[in-house]
Amino acid sequence: MVQYETVIGLEVHIELKTNTKIFCSCSTEFGAEPNHHVCPVCMGLPGVLPVLNKKVVEYGILAGLALNCQIARFSKFDRKNYFYPDLPKAYQISQYDLPLAENGYLEINTGEGVKRIGITRIHMEEDAGKLVHQGSISTTPYSLVDYNRTGVPLIEIVSEPDLRSPEEARAYVEKLKAIIQYTDVSDCKMQEGSLRCDANVSVRPAGTEKLGTKTEIKNLNSFKSLQRALEYEIERQIDLLEENEKIIQETRTWDEERGITLPLRSKEEAHDYRYFPEPDLVPVEISEEWVDSIKSRLPELPDEKKKRYVEQYGLPPYDAGVITVSKDMASFFEKCVGIYPEAKTIGNWIMGDLSRLLNARNMDITECPVKPEQLVEMLKLLDKGTISGKIAKTVFEEMFETGKDPGTIVEEKGLVQISDTSAIEELVNTAIENNPKSVQDYKAGKKKAMGFLVGQVMKASKGKANPQVVNELLKQKLDNL
Amino acid sequence: MELYQLTAHRLHELLVNKEVSSEEITSSVLDRIKKVDETVRAYVTVIEENALKTARKVDGKINAGEDIHPLSGIPVAVKDNMCTQGIRTTCSSRILYNYIPPYNATAIERLSEIDAVIIGKTNMDEFAMGSSCENSAFFPTCNPWSPDRVAGGSSGGSSAAVAADETIVSIGSDTGGSIRLPAAYCGVVGMKPTYGAVSRYGLIAFASSLDQIGPFGKDVKDCALLLNVLCGHDPKDSTSVKYNVPDYTTYLENNVKGLKIGIPKEYMGEGIDPEIKQAVQQATEKMASLGAEVEETSLPHTKHGLSAYYLIAPAEASSNLARYDGVRYGYRAEDCEDVVDMFKKTRSEGFGPEVKRRIMLGTYALSAGYYDAYYNKALKVRTLIKRDFDTAFEKYDILMSPTSPIPPFKRGEKVDDPLQMYLVDICTLSVNLAGIPAISLPAGLVDGLPVGLQLMGKPFDEGTLLRAAYTFEQNTPYHNNKPSL
Repeated sequence: MVQYETVIGLEVHIELKTNTKIFCSCSTEFGAEPNHHVCPVCMGLPGVLPVLNKKVVEYGILAGLALNCQIARFSKFDRKNYFYPDLPKAYQISQYDLPLAENGYLEINTGEGVKRIGITRIHMEEDAGKLVHQGSISTTPYSLVDYNRTGVPLIEIVSEPDLRSPEEARAYVEKLKAIIQYTDVSDCKMQEGSLRCDANVSVRPAGTEKLGTKTEIKNLNSFKSLQRALEYEIERQIDLLEENEKIIQETRTWDEERGITLPLRSKEEAHDYRYFPEPDLVPVEISEEWVDSIKSRLPELPDEKKKRYVEQYGLPPYDAGVITVSKDMASFFEKCVGIYPEAKTIGNWIMGDLSRLLNARNMDITECPVKPEQLVEMLKLLDKGTISGKIAKTVFEEMFETGKDPGTIVEEKGLVQISDTSAIEELVNTAIENNPKSVQDYKAGKKKAMGFLVGQVMKASKGKANPQVVNELLKQKLDNL
Repeated sequence: MELYQLTAHRLHELLVNKEVSSEEITSSVLDRIKKVDETVRAYVTVIEENALKTARKVDGKINAGEDIHPLSGIPVAVKDNMCTQGIRTTCSSRILYNYIPPYNATAIERLSEIDAVIIGKTNMDEFAMGSSCENSAFFPTCNPWSPDRVAGGSSGGSSAAVAADETIVSIGSDTGGSIRLPAAYCGVVGMKPTYGAVSRYGLIAFASSLDQIGPFGKDVKDCALLLNVLCGHDPKDSTSVKYNVPDYTTYLENNVKGLKIGIPKEYMGEGIDPEIKQAVQQATEKMASLGAEVEETSLPHTKHGLSAYYLIAPAEASSNLARYDGVRYGYRAEDCEDVVDMFKKTRSEGFGPEVKRRIMLGTYALSAGYYDAYYNKALKVRTLIKRDFDTAFEKYDILMSPTSPIPPFKRGEKVDDPLQMYLVDICTLSVNLAGIPAISLPAGLVDGLPVGLQLMGKPFDEGTLLRAAYTFEQNTPYHNNKPSL
């Protein structure tokens, strides 16, 4: 059987979080009443002209530098012409042959180590509006248009076809998202559409040079759908080749519910966008000084941060990688480690219980009810032996639920660990009296019986007895019997 | 003399001397419109109430002893492709027959700021595409000198209104000659400023890289006064240029001694009506007699101008006019199957034949596989034409030519022959490709019809053009010729 190699390239659209739109002064805020953030310019009324928001160029340059791109000294806008009700001018102001940034890369971790993925280009453009259908698009009696999003600035980041699997594609987008979030030019919220992804995918017999016929997959609105859609599409293409059928060059859409890709339009039906230079805008000239001043504001990026965590805090590379994926998580970690030296322990809690609870509630770490100081306070209670490791988990969940300080919770719920030998001695004596069989077994050399007796003591103390003290006392008593 | 016959600068004198009121001037013009516009058909919309309101406001200021701008209280007609807040703006197209803009064009804002009296919206070729004002979806505008002839286009309503005394001054837009040609045909002064001198914000685009707003007047001074108001950087238009706008009236000096004038031979050769050629020759002799140094020169790439223009302008137009889809405003076709059907029917029914022709031409020129052969090549020609002018202006202060190769032609004569119609722009469109300023002024009559003289100048050197035009005007009787209506 022929082995196939997958070739994937991604086009990622990211909404920049400027206060105002790219060509007018309307607000970019998400979630306003429909058609409330509009003006004659973004509505494309007859006679209006665009005026470029300089912040967009600045954010674009920042993103370009973070992705190791060369920033153009001379860049211009072009018109991309097509008819659609959500596009009020019937053209999108975009960039064609002179994009803002080119020739960059980012690095992802794969099974075979670090892999560099090329970034072909980054260009600036305006977003379109949103159609609101009554039910499904095919049966809706009418559609409404919301132009709030029209003119929200976007950058499109186009990768080289360097990705070889759905997992790599996912890792690429995750890394891209992390880097862009670090630069703070976008929220990159896939669920709100501020990060959107299209994939170009083809397969070819392993070891061959010539690229196979590609399809473009749209509507990939989550990491999960990106990976699933690619897995499906690769299998579909391989099946076609196996049956000696031709792959048609076309645009397909991902149907999340049915878990399949469906044809949207063929190459023949593809739009001829008739790009030409936007005559209403003057070209963008970017001075070296400007680029340098933006470069000096570039924050520490995920890869550098990871390296520093390993070197400075002695974190295992894996842990450092997980924590630095999110700028906010890294920031949480750094706040903790600033007031408490046990970096590994902090990392474990962040990656473990904290992440688990956030995911379960679909929350972002910025919304986390537990503050770094509170986590540290809890770790200190653990160190002092005030609470046990097991109790700590309960306390943490309670902190997460209520936002209360760990000390308060321990006090209110009476969760202080019992380390007082006389109190525990009583419980140990009771356990020995009530479980003669286990005592016999222990005496007969069955050391396992000891575990059972410890469990009985812990149970009787409602988990509050210091397990180390219980162990020592019990062993002492049994051996002296 | 009736008030409507006077120039703006003369009326300003009467106003500040309290000899007449703006209300009297405005009423005089409104009465004139009622009397002659049935014949001329210069207006799509007359703004009677608002005009009188502004006039009374100005009268109030004068009576209160306030200083007023030279154009305060003076009736100005506006081509119907400039957005006027709350007032229908149609581009003389069915597709915008009911469109009421929610904002003012910058040119309108500037006129409003000085309390100019905006008297009405003038007829034009649909979306400014045409040279005769016959392409209006509503009605053609007639030439006040001979109503069976065209007014010229596309700003025919604005030029005819001035010529027929239906306004004191007016403004139009010029993409390939749309101010200068109708000015020539109606025997008035019309000027296309340097690209970037006047804000295009609120001017409904035909071809963005060529469009420019400019003035019409009964004489050069009125044009200079309007230019003072219109010119200057506008933050809403990225292509408008930051420069120190002079007081253009300071250039109105009766003196061309030593002025170097070039006559490009390509503008005086084949295709130019012999009598027009003669009128221009007489004009050159006149300028020479006044002390200018006149000689023949060459703009060698002129012959390619028309082809380049009719690729670039339609290409931009095909994109600029794509927004008229019936979704948000203007005409929307009825009984449509789906949204694509609605686009098609709306545009098929809403646009006239010349607009459709140019949309198709432009769409084709930008299509994949043809872009380099047409659009890109046209851009290269544009560069060559611009270079021709740069070279000529190293030697000459201004260039002089006919505005139109032929006199005003009969209505209906060329409507079915687009190529013949396009050739009417042969003397004017290179100026737009190069972005330079040019003015057309009366240079006599041929068979009772006006002939226009075109002066072309260096970028942002409107002042020298005005000086030369003013000197010509002061030493010739042509601007005193009036049509008998």
